[in-house]
Amino acid sequence: MIVSVRNLTHRYGSRVALDDLSFDVAPGTIFGLLGPNGSGKSTLFRILTTMMAPTSGRVTIAGFDAVRRPDEVRRRIGVVFQSPSLDRKLTVRENLTALGRLYGLWGAHLQSRISETLERLGLADRAGELVETLSGGLRRRVEIARALLAGPSILLFDEPSSGLDPAARLELVSVIAGLRDHHGVTVLLATHVLEEAERCDRLLLLHHGRRVAEGTPAELKSRVGGDVVVLEVADPEALRGRILERFGLQAQAVDGALRVEIPNGHRFIAELVEAFPGAIRSIGLHKPTLEDVFLDETGVSID
Amino acid sequence: MSKDFGLAVTTLWWRELVRFWRERARVAGFVGSPLLFWLIIGSGFGDLAFFFPGAITLTVMVSATFSTMSLIEDRREGFLLAVLVSPAPRSAMVLGKVLGASTLAWIQGLVLLAFLPLAGLRPPAASLLAAALIIYLISFSFTALGFLIAWHMESSQGFHAVMNLVLFPLWMVSGALFSPASAHGWMQVLMQLNPLAYSLAALRHFLAPAADPHRPPLASSLIVTAGGALALVLLATLAARRHPKGSFA
Repeated sequence: MIVSVRNLTHRYGSRVALDDLSFDVAPGTIFGLLGPNGSGKSTLFRILTTMMAPTSGRVTIAGFDAVRRPDEVRRRIGVVFQSPSLDRKLTVRENLTALGRLYGLWGAHLQSRISETLERLGLADRAGELVETLSGGLRRRVEIARALLAGPSILLFDEPSSGLDPAARLELVSVIAGLRDHHGVTVLLATHVLEEAERCDRLLLLHHGRRVAEGTPAELKSRVGGDVVVLEVADPEALRGRILERFGLQAQAVDGALRVEIPNGHRFIAELVEAFPGAIRSIGLHKPTLEDVFLDETGVSID
Repeated sequence: MSKDFGLAVTTLWWRELVRFWRERARVAGFVGSPLLFWLIIGSGFGDLAFFFPGAITLTVMVSATFSTMSLIEDRREGFLLAVLVSPAPRSAMVLGKVLGASTLAWIQGLVLLAFLPLAGLRPPAASLLAAALIIYLISFSFTALGFLIAWHMESSQGFHAVMNLVLFPLWMVSGALFSPASAHGWMQVLMQLNPLAYSLAALRHFLAPAADPHRPPLASSLIVTAGGALALVLLATLAARRHPKGSFA
């Protein structure tokens, strides 16, 4: 296991941010930490990147303890932060040169390595441009190039697509998948974006610093029973009672709408509309998503 | 000093110089205002030579400390984040930043030095060299001081407040504006306790020795100036071994 977390707990004063968390990340996979803001993702990310020591528990990365040997861990991780970490006044190549030297790389070896990395991320023609003139999507790719430069054992991403437009998001997801498929890179990413989570090999769902569920996206979604029917209604509480009475089904009230999980949802929709004429404003059916998994386990939505 | 340490220090130093070069317009502002200030005060009191070392000191102090202000934002969102997760030791980060920023402040001090003839001063070449060295030590000390304060600060507003409370009083009772000889008893004591007064005296010794004969001896001036620089950079290194504020939220 390239990352191993055991009984990790972190408190800010009396507030518990991480509560006895354990998980492993296998090499060559994309591992996602999925949870809403405030779920403990950022705290966990800071601990994994050696920026902070946990209250208790153990984190091992590439065989080194993150608290006792942060220097060895730093040598082996590439970090892409949510906020930009490039010098805007330097060119792409200058940024990478500066960072490469902090890893003890230099001279012709460093320069050929930079060219190689830029090539890999489709940035070869941008090397001489000032970072401040690049678009958000390109900048994020330069950040990835920076993180990859020293040949890390694992890449850690914090909210990789934050601040990117939908096109750049999509592209970023395929860049990450490409790194795993063609270069065997291990990736750990913290996210609250479902499209990103869908592309992970394995997910850890996090809520209030606790593990809610863990598994592949398909495994997690198969926990939800059948289809999901969502009803927009004028009075959710009243209709919830009537659905229970009539169909013996527990509907869940979420953000002013009702959610029902049921196999063969299309038949149920017909029966519902028939049973409560006029009470339903709109009705929808979808296959379970990770959002449904999260709702089932926690009662709150990810966004 | 290992190769990696040296490489990290020189790289961070180089980054500051490149950035500075790309923002030349800002430099004019840093040098322009103290120059104006000096010409007005100096001409008003009819003694350009007396106020000259003080004007250089002020330029260097302000430039040195405020160039470390970027640390506050830089570590939350910027290049410093990447430095902090790199294997480069914290001490290399401190030294690189302090050397870089102090070099820039020093260059601005040297630009001001070119106006020496305007003050009617013609020191010999050896004195000029010595003055340049002292100007560098002042830059270095105040960059290290700025680093020390910025590292503990959450916002640049707080930084401004602290710097105004530290910087300007320090400068005003350094002998830049009046000689200890003309000061009241308690002010003389304050001036004796102010480390900057010694740096200013050393600068005056080499640039305008006739302007104020009532100075502390050169040897103690040099010792305090060099000792202060060393002490401050050590304190900054110690501070940086702990995680910066603002990365904890």
